[in-house]
Amino acid sequence: MGKFRKDGKKETPPISTSALPDIVFMLLFFFMVTTSMRETDLKVKVRVPQATELAKLEKKSLVSYINVGEPLPQFQKSFGTEPRIQLNDTFATTSEIAEYITSERAQRDEAEVPYMITSLKVDENTKMGIVTDIKQALRRVSALNINYSARKKVQR
Amino acid sequence: MPKKLPEYNASSLADIAFMLLIFFLVTTTMDVDSGLRRKLPPMPPKDMQIDPNNKIKDRNIFEVLVNSKDQLLVEGELMRVEDLYEATQEFMLNDANASHLPEKKMMDVPFFGETLVTKGVISLRNDIGTTYGTYIAVQNELVRAINDLRDDISKRKWNKKYEDLNTDQQKAIRKLMPQKISEAEPKKVGGN
Repeated sequence: MGKFRKDGKKETPPISTSALPDIVFMLLFFFMVTTSMRETDLKVKVRVPQATELAKLEKKSLVSYINVGEPLPQFQKSFGTEPRIQLNDTFATTSEIAEYITSERAQRDEAEVPYMITSLKVDENTKMGIVTDIKQALRRVSALNINYSARKKVQR
Repeated sequence: MPKKLPEYNASSLADIAFMLLIFFLVTTTMDVDSGLRRKLPPMPPKDMQIDPNNKIKDRNIFEVLVNSKDQLLVEGELMRVEDLYEATQEFMLNDANASHLPEKKMMDVPFFGETLVTKGVISLRNDIGTTYGTYIAVQNELVRAINDLRDDISKRKWNKKYEDLNTDQQKAIRKLMPQKISEAEPKKVGGN
């Protein structure tokens, strides 16, 4: 009764790859959701110090960044090796911070301004003099919420 | 019977998706931004008078100085960063009510009732030549000491960590164990 066909030369059907795009799209969406767009090209070398009492920066849209560190090798010819401040994509001085904060504020909703945070990404070998100047400049424009960027320290 | 539609070849869809995926992998960053949250004091108004009677008593101030050689002077004594944690806790707790450690004040704290609350203030001053790494290490130790004290109180009262409490409970603990770190304007404190 059994209906067994015995085809000697039966070809294997091609494997359906239609599920592959689905998998890749899943990966794609995962990365799109979990990562953030790289906004600026770092022109200074920043290696932030380690700390244990870290708080996450919750709302990325409310954060403005100030990078401080030694200029990268390709910029050292024109900018020297002393730590410099980088705002957006250019090197800046402390006097330009006020302007930067005002322009950052103008881009946000007025109601959100009090919650804005300035994240200081400072290289761990920088001297405090420059950091204090930045802090004073921030106080003058009353951008009082700051965040010292730091890496998670591995517990000893 | 309707005619079966021919299956279309979807293998290039994967290529497109891969291209998008790789584009996103390259242009985005994965790092979670984290750091020490601080609040700067507002600029004092220009015509503000400093009231000499309003000075904080010496015993209520925990003085931490960092010089340009990244050395620590705590309450007039040299100290290593590793020991700062314990010294801070001793200062903030003042269990024995020692006369050189901060005073305590009776305060009405929600959930706890009338409790003694320390009047201790931490004063941090650094030189302009201090390395940023050291500055953060010191800040971190101070914050860690106080956070651990808060955790202790919270565990004793609710058997939970401070961060797992609700907002009102956290507020009460913040009142009980204040984190008052004041940063003086940096001066050149010797040693270049």
